[in-house]
This record gives sequence, structure tokens and C-alpha cells, in this order.
Amino acid sequence: MTSVSVDPAAGPIPCPTAPKLELRRVSRHFATPRGPVPALKELSFTVAPSELVCVLGPSGCGKSTLLNLLAGLDRPDEGCVLEDGAAITGASRDRMVMQQEPALFPWLTARGNVEFALKATGLSKAERRERAEEYLHLVGLGSFGRAHPHELSGGMKQRCALARALALDPSVLLLDEPFAALDALTSDRLHEALERIWQQTGKTIVFVTHNVREAVRLGDRVLTLSARPARLLQEVRVELPRPREQEDPALAALAAQVKRSLSAEIGRHLAEELYEGAG
Amino acid sequence: MKALARRTLFYLGLLVLWQLLASAKVWDEVLFPGPLKVWEALRAGFADGSYPIALAVSGKRLAIGFGVSLVGGVALGLLLGRVRLLDETLGSLVSGLQVLPSICWLPSAILWFGISEAAILFVVIMGALLAVAVAVDGGVKSVPPVYLRQARTMGVSGPRLWLEVILPASLPALLTGAKLGWSFAWRSLMAGELLSISMGLGSLLQTGRDLNDMSQVFAVMLLIAGAALAVDRLVFGPLERRVRRVWGLTV
Repeated sequence: MTSVSVDPAAGPIPCPTAPKLELRRVSRHFATPRGPVPALKELSFTVAPSELVCVLGPSGCGKSTLLNLLAGLDRPDEGCVLEDGAAITGASRDRMVMQQEPALFPWLTARGNVEFALKATGLSKAERRERAEEYLHLVGLGSFGRAHPHELSGGMKQRCALARALALDPSVLLLDEPFAALDALTSDRLHEALERIWQQTGKTIVFVTHNVREAVRLGDRVLTLSARPARLLQEVRVELPRPREQEDPALAALAAQVKRSLSAEIGRHLAEELYEGAG
Repeated sequence: MKALARRTLFYLGLLVLWQLLASAKVWDEVLFPGPLKVWEALRAGFADGSYPIALAVSGKRLAIGFGVSLVGGVALGLLLGRVRLLDETLGSLVSGLQVLPSICWLPSAILWFGISEAAILFVVIMGALLAVAVAVDGGVKSVPPVYLRQARTMGVSGPRLWLEVILPASLPALLTGAKLGWSFAWRSLMAGELLSISMGLGSLLQTGRDLNDMSQVFAVMLLIAGAALAVDRLVFGPLERRVRRVWGLTV
């Protein structure tokens, strides 16, 4: 649907200020042998279209639970999770997930992995191939289409996983600590690539991380979550111009500031233990 | 190359040792023929056509029995690995029956099917199918959940999930299962052929015993081992190497 019909019965016409994604007082518990453990508690926030929001939280705070809810792989116990104002009821190719583990299929080549994602789209074989090549180029893997995953470095695997997620042209990308297992230099390069691709494609991105520096490096906004059960601790709007530089002192200062306010909120020791990367 | 030289040397040594033992006449020559006698029996068997015919007859039984076991075993293994209800019910039965030596099926097979081709095939299938199923079941259960999750987010489900994700993801286990099934099929076939009237390699062994012809027994044993080894090396070896290379499992 590209045309906008003016039909009062069709509900509100989407406008740029309407959130792309929204969580309304979302709670989620997990059953354990020792009783239910709350992972998320009454969490609410919105993400605007084409916004890059970083969700900063300590390991095990329920960030992955949050992404699973947004992906539609899990349902909340209370509250609702909305995309374009409609409840998310299941997985959709409009919201692609990328995880810390690239999960490329080892029996397919890099291009085969990207093409695999396109198989259910009704594209012809030639179109799939062309599209796969296009996205491999976009992530800087143009000449590695015929390589199998084990022949790629960790960073290249994540680039390939990114190409696979992008190839379906979803409007939302959900990234679950995608660069956490990479060395600093490689993740710097991938931050640059992700920022460039985001600016080119205008995707709505939710990027989950436990690294303060990474969050302020990438995000338009940084939402900080507490330890389990996750509540919203603070929200920081990052006004630095793009493309940003990893070495920008303003960025380091902002990261330190975020960490300081976290320390004030939950105590310095806990902040240092739970969050990484404020230098 | 060095490995090949060492192997050749090893087998030459073995032959020499065998000949020495035979020449020393520790045992009666009828009971322990030397390599030349066995070679002669092999040559005669091929010359009069009885070995090629036996190989063809046994080969056909193996092809049918192993083929059915492979298809059925893979299907059963996939189901056991993915369907909880089947795993909890049929699963224990399959692992229980898999422990049963396949020759135990022969009396039932003969009573049900008579002394026939079907009886032998039944024994082969009972011996191999469950072994394949158990190996594939294990492989399916160890498919990394991230692959399944990834497939789900890409909207892949139903037959595509089975054929294009679960099956290829368990390919290494499937190959192990096929190899296991192959050796089980051979064993079951020989047992079945030894004990019932047939024209295969197993009955040649039996004839050798009946005629007190130890050279024929040795010759047929060599033939059986050689044929099984050849398939292992020529079919499974290259397949395994290919999977290891593509998946990056080579050390």
C-alpha cells in the first residue's frame, strides 16, 4: 500500500510522528523451579520511524527478552507490544533479528545464505542472486559471495548476517549485541558500516548492548535499563553529528556522563560491574 | 605417499607372516591354507563365475535393504528428533530394538516370510534402519537452536524448515548414520545368508564349510571385507571429506 486513501473509517493516517514500535507497560516473567522470575517489569518506550535506538542494559537484564518480544518470537504476560499501532502477534519478515551468534548456515555459501532468506519472497532465482550480490556489496563482502561461513572472519560473518537481514528489506532491524564477540577494531569498522547503511536505508533499528560506548556511538537515543527485572533507568538523546568518529572526545565525554548518572542511580560499583566501555 | 608406503609394507609383512605360519605346518594345511592357496581359490571363484554371481546377488540385497533403511531411517530419525510425542513413546522402543542383534529377527522372518528373499531383506532392514534412525535422531537433536530461530525469523516453516534447514544441518550426523547403517546392513546380510538358503556371499562361506574347503572360506571372507571396505572408501570417504571441507570441520 503506497497510496494514501482518505477514508475516515480506515482509522488514523500514519504520520511521521506516530511511533514505529511501541511498548506499553510490558511485563514478562519466566517460570523457574524456584518460582516465577520477572525479566521485564512495566517497561514502556517508543521508537520513531527510521530512528536508531540503543538499549543499554547489563548482561542478563532481560534485553534479549525485550528483543524477542519485538521480534514476535515471544509474547508479554502483561501490556502490549505494537508495530505501527498494531499488536505484534508473531514473527514477521518486516522485523529481522540479528544476534551475537551470526547463525549462518555452514552448508551454504555467503551468497547462498543471503539468497536463502529471499526464497520465500517469490523472487526468481536470478533476481534472488542479484539482490544477494547487491546486499553483500552494501556490507563490503562483494568478493566473498562464494566463501563458506567457516572461511570468513568473525566480523565478516556478522557483515554477512547483516546482509541477510537487510536483503528482505524489513522496515525494522533488531540487533542483539551483534558485535559483542568481536575485537574492538573490528567492531569499530562494523559500527561505521552499520551507521552508513542505516543512513542509506532509513531502517528503524533497535540495538541492544551492554557497552556504554557502543550505545552512544550509534544511538540517536540511548535507553538504559536496570538489572533484572528490567525497568527504564534513564533516556539520553545523543545530539552528536553523523557520521560519528569513535575517537571523538565529545563521544567519550558523553559515555562517561552516561556512566556517571548510572552510578548515581544504582551505585558506582554496580555500574562498573554491569556496564562496559566508558573508558 | 609415505602413508601408502607404510601401508603396503605392513600388508606385505602380513602376507609373509601368513605364509611362514602356513609353511611351518603348525596346523593342518586343510584348516590353515597359505596365501597362495587362497589366491588360487579367489581366482577359480572368479573364473567359474560363482564369485561375481554371489557378489551381484548380495549386492542387490544390500542395495535394496540399505536403500530402504536409509530412507526409512532418516525419516524416522527426523520425526523422533523433532516430534516430542513420538520421541517419548516410539523413541524408547527404537533404541531398545536397536540393541537387539539383527540375527535375532531371523527366526521370526523365516516364520513370517518363509525361506525367501523377503526374509533376508527383513533381517537387513531391521539391522540397519534403526541404527540410521538413532544416529539421525541424535543429529537432529543437536542442531543448534540458533539455526531454527534464524529460520523462524526469516519466515521459514513447514516442509521447507525440514528439507532446507533441519536436514542439511544434521548432515554430518546423517553421514555417520549412513556409515553405521551400511556396516550393520552387511553384518545382517551375512548372518541371514549364512543361515538360510541363498546364492549370496554368505552361502559361499557356508558351502566352503560344508566342503571342508578352508581356502574358499578365507577367499570369500577377503571378498566380503574387500567389498565393504571399497564402498566405505569410494562412497562414504569422499562424501565425508566434502562435508568436512564445506563445513570447515577439517583440522
